[in-house]
Amino acid sequence: MGIDVRDIEHRETGAARIMAPEQWIAEHKIPVGAVMAAVVDVVRKHGLGFFDAITDIVGFCADGLTMLLLDIPPLLLVVAATAGAWFLRRSPALVALVALGLLFIINQGYWNETMATLSLILFSTIFCMAIGVPLGIACAHRPRLARALQPFLDLMQTLPTFVYLIPTLILFGLGTVPGMISTIIFAVPAPIRMTQMGIARVPRSLIEAGEAFGATGRQILWKIELPAALPMIQAGLTQCIMLSLSMVVIAALVGAGGLGVPVVRALNTVQVDAGFESGFVIVLLAIMLDRVCRPKDSAS
Amino acid sequence: MSEEVNAALEFRDVDILFDRGNRRGAIEAALARLDAGETREEIGRALKVTVGVAGANLAVARGEISVLMGLSGSGKSTLLRAANRLNRPVRGEVRIGNGLAWLDIARCDDDTLRTLRKTRIAMVFQQFGLLPWRTVRDNVGFGLELRGMAPSLRRDVVAEKLELVGLSNWADAHVHELSGGMQQRVGLARAFATDADILLMDEPFSALDPLIRRKLQDELLDLQKRLKKTILFVSHDIDEALKIGSRITIMREGRIIQTGTPDDIALRPVDDYVAEFIRHMNPLPTIVAASVMRRFEDLPRLPDGMLDGGRIAVAPDAATMWVAGRAVPVRPHSAWVEGALCVVPARLSLGEIIALRQRSGLPVLVEAEGRLVGLCDDADILQALCGKARFGAG
Repeated sequence: MGIDVRDIEHRETGAARIMAPEQWIAEHKIPVGAVMAAVVDVVRKHGLGFFDAITDIVGFCADGLTMLLLDIPPLLLVVAATAGAWFLRRSPALVALVALGLLFIINQGYWNETMATLSLILFSTIFCMAIGVPLGIACAHRPRLARALQPFLDLMQTLPTFVYLIPTLILFGLGTVPGMISTIIFAVPAPIRMTQMGIARVPRSLIEAGEAFGATGRQILWKIELPAALPMIQAGLTQCIMLSLSMVVIAALVGAGGLGVPVVRALNTVQVDAGFESGFVIVLLAIMLDRVCRPKDSAS
Repeated sequence: MSEEVNAALEFRDVDILFDRGNRRGAIEAALARLDAGETREEIGRALKVTVGVAGANLAVARGEISVLMGLSGSGKSTLLRAANRLNRPVRGEVRIGNGLAWLDIARCDDDTLRTLRKTRIAMVFQQFGLLPWRTVRDNVGFGLELRGMAPSLRRDVVAEKLELVGLSNWADAHVHELSGGMQQRVGLARAFATDADILLMDEPFSALDPLIRRKLQDELLDLQKRLKKTILFVSHDIDEALKIGSRITIMREGRIIQTGTPDDIALRPVDDYVAEFIRHMNPLPTIVAASVMRRFEDLPRLPDGMLDGGRIAVAPDAATMWVAGRAVPVRPHSAWVEGALCVVPARLSLGEIIALRQRSGLPVLVEAEGRLVGLCDDADILQALCGKARFGAG
């Protein structure tokens, strides 16, 4: 298969017809790829209805949200976003950043793409947090679970994205959904890890204070552990958003709409101007989301 | 027997062991070795089991402040934490009584334990253990909140307790805005808020600087006069123990070596270890007039029948003092007499006697139970400072 034919001939003409050890190793290839392919195949065959349902529901929600955002007049949304930023952070500098940033996006003509990206990020982030926070809490309370989960989280973050893009493409077809699934796989380890770290770092003395006053396990979780871990969980949220945003171009490759699309198009047609325009818009969106969502400084 | 009935909290043959190695049967093996008389070190080395407390027996009477003393690692905090099962005894009973019946907190079920923690036993921590994201008000109301009390009802109780510790103006402040002393007052208010009758205090003032520490000790004694809680207090400071404790228990290497009143500990230390503690105490606030003074009957007689008090002469009925050849009538009430002589109660501390002696230039007279009984002059004071004094009230 992968063995050089000339090499074999050369050896066979040689005096000794002994196989080199590395050749033997190469000939007995462990079918990693084949197994994964078979697994995907089986999953597809037996879970077709399930995956179709997911595709329909998620696709409907994400595309629906995009439509909704696009129905709102852009300037009204700019005003709403600015007011929201003021309400959350009370920082004039941040409000100016949000207002000017959004106006710049309108100015560059990427409003529709930005809305599509925003709804993609919003859905994947909500999903990541919904899975990540409870799983992080469970990991912090059960070190064994944390150890078992560790290699999977590593795998999810280090396996090149394109590799799992292929099976998601097979299972979910082209469009928004496979992009979102890939984004979630890539981003979900962040909230899991940050939540786990936050909960595990709650000082023992605070938990004992809770116990000494008769708190139940649930009360300790809600009244002590979660508030104490909140800055870390919030940092996990910000990371999750940033990771999702970093996936927009890759999501665009499998047919998800949004800011990745003009980047891919620019790459294919070697257009420097369009590439930088959409690139700047992505950066701008990232900065705005980060500043709005990042945890407040504890030194307040 | 009366102690038995009065005890609100009682430790009976309590052993607390910690398994560091997580090996099966290690605790049982350690108990067997403990019973065979092996030391803490031997057991720790052989089995990776830490003996926190061994064979502790202690009764805390209702309304008293009982102080657990010892060096760090002596097991005093470990024993205290068994009283609300933050540490669970491996063997023995921790009984908590309500005057009618007993409950073993070491073995009761979790629901009962939580109820006890919510209603009977409160705790104050060395590092305060306050929740930094909450206001002072919400920290004080924490125990009531856990109990499920409605916020409107909580508010009144919290306001009352904040007033008790003098922090009414700080209710809406955040914990980090407060000084260490104020933070521990919040800790105290939180413990008072549940109206628990038993208070566990784990070196509550050790993290504070000495001036604030003394102030809070005074405040605690003041509050105790009104509240009459049963307090188990851990300290490593002999002066603190002598000041606030009505009973003191000295621990060493996980074992109780002496329990008694401050006088017992100071006057009759059972061994060199206890004596060593006492040697380092500050005598000024601890020694009282009754142990400093020379009694009138011990004074030498002058030829004219008077008693020789050095700079003063005392009439045999102790009603008249002769100062510089002048007769001064003295009545047995604590007061200044003639601007120079002064009469003090037998419980007055050495520090205050020295101050009065300094101001008057004359010996200080001591009264007990409506009679003048003795006097303190320079020689008596010096002798007391040298550690030869007798302790306690006469």
